[in-house]
Amino acid sequence: MPLLEVRDLARRFGGVSAVDGIDLDFDEGELVSVIGPNGAGKTTLFNLISGHDRPDAGSIRFAGREIAGLRAERIAALGIARTFQHGRVFANLSVRDNVLIGAHTRLVPVRRAALPLIGPAIELLLALLPTRGVADQQRALDREVAALLALFGERLVPRLDEPAFSLSYANRRRLEIARALMLDPRLLLLDEPTAGMNESETAEMLRLIRQLKQSGRSILLIEHKLELVMQLSDRVVVMADGAKIAEGPPDKVRNDPAVIEAYLGHRAVGETAPPVAVESRA
Amino acid sequence: MTSWIDYTVNGLIIGNIYLLLAVGLALIFGVSHLINFAHGSIYTVGAYIGWSCIHYLHTPLPVTIAIVLAGCALLGMAIERVGLRPLAGSARIAPLLATIGISFVLDQLVQLIFSPDPRALPNPLPDWRLHVGSGTIGALDLLIAAIGLGSAALLFVFLRFTKLGWAVRATAQDRDAARQMGVDTDAVNRTVFAIAAALGGLSGLLVGMYYNHIDPAMSFQATLKGVVAQVIGGMGNVPGAVFGSLLLGLIESYGVGLFGSSYRNLFAFVLLLVILVLRPNGLFASSRQTPPEPLTGTFIAPSRPFRVPRAMIVGVTVACLALPLLPNIAYLLQTMTNVWLYAILALSLTLVAGTVGQISLGHAGLLAIGAYASALLALDLGIPVGLAIVAAGLITALLGTALILPAFRLRGHYVSIATLGIGEIVGLVILNWESLTRGPIGVGGIPPLELGDIALDSPARSYWVALVVLIGLALLQMRLLRSHLGRTFRAIRDDDIAARAHGIGLDRYKRLAFAIGGFAAGISGAITAHLYSYINYETFTSQISILALTMVILGGMGNVLGAIVGAAALIGLPELFRATAEYRMLIYGVTLLLLIRFRPQGFFGTV
Repeated sequence: MPLLEVRDLARRFGGVSAVDGIDLDFDEGELVSVIGPNGAGKTTLFNLISGHDRPDAGSIRFAGREIAGLRAERIAALGIARTFQHGRVFANLSVRDNVLIGAHTRLVPVRRAALPLIGPAIELLLALLPTRGVADQQRALDREVAALLALFGERLVPRLDEPAFSLSYANRRRLEIARALMLDPRLLLLDEPTAGMNESETAEMLRLIRQLKQSGRSILLIEHKLELVMQLSDRVVVMADGAKIAEGPPDKVRNDPAVIEAYLGHRAVGETAPPVAVESRA
Repeated sequence: MTSWIDYTVNGLIIGNIYLLLAVGLALIFGVSHLINFAHGSIYTVGAYIGWSCIHYLHTPLPVTIAIVLAGCALLGMAIERVGLRPLAGSARIAPLLATIGISFVLDQLVQLIFSPDPRALPNPLPDWRLHVGSGTIGALDLLIAAIGLGSAALLFVFLRFTKLGWAVRATAQDRDAARQMGVDTDAVNRTVFAIAAALGGLSGLLVGMYYNHIDPAMSFQATLKGVVAQVIGGMGNVPGAVFGSLLLGLIESYGVGLFGSSYRNLFAFVLLLVILVLRPNGLFASSRQTPPEPLTGTFIAPSRPFRVPRAMIVGVTVACLALPLLPNIAYLLQTMTNVWLYAILALSLTLVAGTVGQISLGHAGLLAIGAYASALLALDLGIPVGLAIVAAGLITALLGTALILPAFRLRGHYVSIATLGIGEIVGLVILNWESLTRGPIGVGGIPPLELGDIALDSPARSYWVALVVLIGLALLQMRLLRSHLGRTFRAIRDDDIAARAHGIGLDRYKRLAFAIGGFAAGISGAITAHLYSYINYETFTSQISILALTMVILGGMGNVLGAIVGAAALIGLPELFRATAEYRMLIYGVTLLLLIRFRPQGFFGTV
């Protein structure tokens, strides 16, 4: 059974179909990239999977369970974490607190307090008077934060107690990934993790994503830098105008005329243009 | 039958007066996404300019109208210059708070110049009435209708067919694009404020003539009515504002006809809430449409909180606890008791507005609930005072959260409008629910503070009660901020979408925050009730809500210590200088303006 199974997914804004009948299968441990020109509907697809938007039609099954139209917080609790295209860190929270938010669904006071009405009261009580279990978990989480941030070398560790608004753009993107990993997700959605990064930062991000893949993470990636996509992906899905126009291993997709046309706009060039043209466009 | 026609005519006339306010608010919101809370003050100023013309210069009506239009247009441009333009690029709620500050300043200036007493504004029109069926229509009715609908028509022509009108519409659609195409957006703003203010001032003059009565306190209600009419039609929608105003006028008028005049405002605010909950984009927008602007970003300036040394906090706390031991300071103790009670309110608001980012403009409503709950529990059920105060806190937590619940799906400005409406509704329900609250008479003879058999009503003991409760709540809140809940609350404030992506259910935590805040505010109101021994529906006015927000901003949003220092500064200092009430409000307004402009992170910084 695939980890994620998307069928006939559609979302319209006014008269425009941002996502138009997408099918997608995704197995545990895979790394699949979604590419396509701007406005192809990639981020909308992510928003639908993560529950930040509701589909007009179609189904999304995650680990055998229908999640289309569920609220974002429910979907996160089921094990899908995401980052955002333009970077959304909690500006006034420290780096440590930002990452700890990722562990929210795992917290003892939150898990103990699922009951309606009385639940929030229990959560408040456990916040004000932490039991031994709560305190132990907090210490364990602090160690986990340290281990996670070590993935990024010396980028974030020295800034543990700095507010996120003081971080550089690239560091905010890294922080976002650390926060998503803290959820220990079964599926990680990365929306353009290297946007705005220079070459060496991109190479660093490539190494990190490869490391995550090797440790068994299932990753769905939106990325414009095709070189990175070609190196990392097990499979590539190409979207244009809300529809899937190609899917397959990187090498095959790279030479697909439909893909080249979608990127360059007309077939005549696409057929004769060398594959490099795709990359230079990106 | 008579009454039905008269109520309809009356509703339409009032509707036309609201129209003059609402189209101005809609224009301003359209180009700058700002709810101009100074609009009612312009209306008051317009009424007083008109009164001065008629009283001192004996000008004929057309000249009076021209002077009012010109004077208020100038005032509008000044407000744009002071309240809006310097704040371009700051958090979106900043200009809104600035207009609140400006309205404080304008209202108090009017009050200082003309005295708080109401004045008569005679209607110079001939006294004839036209009989329609069994009702009548007077000359002034016709004039107001003509001016209201005429202005709407003129505005339509202006927006549709003049070059400047096009620039206004272009700016409303996309300010940056308009600027790139060479539109002078500052000039557009200025024009819009001038037109909006001129119409608002005219509205004040007409309403003064209609009721033959003006007073400086009339501005707040005018702002609210304009905002309600605008929300009905959809924020920034000028034709919608016209429709919303007439509808509001009619509904109020029929409501008064059916239930009596004390229900007038209740109808307006319940309508506001219903619209906000069911159709937050107004009657004319489709309900699934997302708001035109995301309206995210509260008034949170990035800042590093300033850490006060622990020894200093402990030292000052001990000094405050020891204060009553000094001789002959009953007056100081009373002032400081008041400071501590306000500080508890500020603690509550700094949690809701600062930590969770839900800028509440109706916090005085929570005080009122707590005060009435405790007073009535003690008086009618004979519950001991100490127990009644705690019960009042719990009741306020439950009731306050239940009231705000429908507003949780709203964001940004809409939360502020909704809380403002809820605050007003609390006062109006207290006024009208006579069997429970004794209505307009108020509740007297509330038993003084006591715990068991120990009387706590001496100045020193009252002071200690307030201070000890404050210290206890402040310690709890600090602990809360350090726990996972503090982190969760602040994450919701900084970015609610990212918070949801990590499994944080917004409603649950907003409810929790309002419940905790409601408890603190309820306790503060309850203690106040037992200290005053008499309360009525006007004891806790919306001015207190704004004052509490000023304290919170002054101290630093979400900052516990800041809230206490903010309360001490705003209540204690004016008392120390023996400022009279009018000057005090003036000081608050100016403080709010200066803070937002120069130190949005407050004394101690955002936590």
